[in-house]
Amino acid sequence: MNTTAHGFKERSVKALQNTTLQEALARAYGGFVHKRQAAIDALPEFDALCEQARRIKDHALDHLDHYLEGFEAALTAEGGKVHWARTPEEACQQVVAICRAHQARRITKGKSMVGEEIALNEALEANGFEVVETDLGEYIIQLAKEPPSHIIAPAVHKTRGEIAQLFHTFHQRIERSQPLAEVPDIVEESRQVLRSVFLSADVGITGANFLVAETGSVVLVTNEGNGDLVSTLPPVHIVVSSIEKVVPTLEDVTTLLRVLGRSATGQAMTAYTSLLTGPRRADDRDGPSAMHVVLVDNGRSAMLGTAFRDMLRCIRCGACLNHCPVYGAIGGHAYGWVYPGPMGAILTPRILGLRAAPDLPQACTLNGRCQDVCPVHIPLPALLRKLRMEAFTQRITPPRARFPLALWALLAKHPRLYHGVMTLAAGLLGRLGQRRGRFRTLPFARGWTEGRALPTPAVQTFQSCWKHRRRSDPS
Amino acid sequence: MPSESIGGAPGTAVRPAVDGDCVAHFTRRITAAGASLVRTESFATIPEAVRAFLDELGFSYNLVCSGERAFDTIAWPAGFTLALRTAADGDHSSLTGVVAAVAETGSLVVAAAHHSPNTLHFLPENHIAVVRTSQVLRHLEDVWRLMREHSGMPRALTFITGPSRTADVEQTIQIGAHGPRRLHVVLVDA
Repeated sequence: MNTTAHGFKERSVKALQNTTLQEALARAYGGFVHKRQAAIDALPEFDALCEQARRIKDHALDHLDHYLEGFEAALTAEGGKVHWARTPEEACQQVVAICRAHQARRITKGKSMVGEEIALNEALEANGFEVVETDLGEYIIQLAKEPPSHIIAPAVHKTRGEIAQLFHTFHQRIERSQPLAEVPDIVEESRQVLRSVFLSADVGITGANFLVAETGSVVLVTNEGNGDLVSTLPPVHIVVSSIEKVVPTLEDVTTLLRVLGRSATGQAMTAYTSLLTGPRRADDRDGPSAMHVVLVDNGRSAMLGTAFRDMLRCIRCGACLNHCPVYGAIGGHAYGWVYPGPMGAILTPRILGLRAAPDLPQACTLNGRCQDVCPVHIPLPALLRKLRMEAFTQRITPPRARFPLALWALLAKHPRLYHGVMTLAAGLLGRLGQRRGRFRTLPFARGWTEGRALPTPAVQTFQSCWKHRRRSDPS
Repeated sequence: MPSESIGGAPGTAVRPAVDGDCVAHFTRRITAAGASLVRTESFATIPEAVRAFLDELGFSYNLVCSGERAFDTIAWPAGFTLALRTAADGDHSSLTGVVAAVAETGSLVVAAAHHSPNTLHFLPENHIAVVRTSQVLRHLEDVWRLMREHSGMPRALTFITGPSRTADVEQTIQIGAHGPRRLHVVLVDA
């Protein structure tokens, strides 16, 4: 997917002014939070499971090569084929080549964030294939020609009215006088329209929630059942997965499943959790006759051995997005690429480079809620701070922000100078603003005072007050 | 199946507590997940349970089914047709067995195999699953033990926890997305 991550500020302002988006965000924001909380309240072992999940992911990342090769060996033994891709281009070429080899025309897809990351749909369409997304959320945004705005609810920014209008425009074969109004009707129509697509596809492409090294299994978690139809009906099934999704054993994936559903949608188990292990067996009556897994690196292995390795524990539950006040205010599109919210503010600069997304690490109040709710304990605020430091030392931070920061650093390192400047500034501002009690606008800080007023500081600094008091009452 | 773990791999010491009667726990969880469930005392009374379910919804007695040995021994009343094959578009109701059920999550465990085509679990509007009480396991891990004791992993192993659903329109949960609209469990004391 093309990135517009460098235009973060402009898009944030637009998002805040978009009343339809604000309506949709307000609805989603509380829903996810409450559902997750209820699921966790019902499971006393949740914290212990999260700790277990963190250890499993850490272990798998410590021995990533071992488990990836184990996965390849086990899947190959079951008749599957594993392909290795360093870059998005390589991954797309491999998928296109498989589709060509099978003379495919129509391709159905399950939701895949890695697919979005490598811009798979664009590559397939450029090569003449018809691609249809089957997850309802993905289908909606495919019709709208928009990127997903949330990693587990791609169309969370759309209202019912907007979706109904899209269906009215695109489902012209269905005769009706006006757009649908109710949620059940919208879901029913998507079921009917997509049914024939499922049945006529030549290739099915899905992502993977996890890979199991022990058995060579691809784990797929859905609620709609679309992933199972996509991986069962067409003669070819292709999985695109990033490399960090591998875990050692079936027991390990069990622990991760226990925290994933609860953190994501508040479900102990989603409606369908499937382990897919190779193509159809000799006497199976259905299922694909070929199964391919494309393992995508795209910057992951470069994160190993750095502080950002912790980010590779991410299981894509979306809890950090759902609890982030910045995401809740501006939605996912403002972030400009595939992954929004706190996890995106770290992954995007890591994968695309900090220069492509200089503002994302700044879009954080360091309130720490994301880390509190992360089921695999990723230190998201610390990683965001680290990115800010990188931006500063690499001079990516614009001079407008660098200069005040440098000035502040100078003052903070020289206490006498700090005291002198503060006494002067507090005295001046305190006297100037005495009458009104606040400043509506300040020179050099118009951007800051546009949305808020600065209360008039006390004429005396804390330090001089303290000195006075010590002098008058030495006890 | 080869073991791929190397030294230092964390075990799974932590499991959610599932206290008391597994069957009762399973029943509570799967109905909370939106499945309907009827308990019946023997295989002979399965047709009765299936008929009641289909009658209430007004569906015909034409079923596509998996090759459970138990289904062959049942005397199906006149009017029922059972076809052992893959499901196709237009098949309203499927009848299958399961390889296990899990009390912890209220899940059915189904596996693709020669006698149980995977399409039966996903294509029809109504999925009727026969579960024997002896098949209800306590934890998810117990399923892996079962797989290791038998012939390893099937092509597709699925935990089914309620009917198909989506919340992609305004976060409103709507049953019947792309998979079965109804999941009906016939729990047999056996």
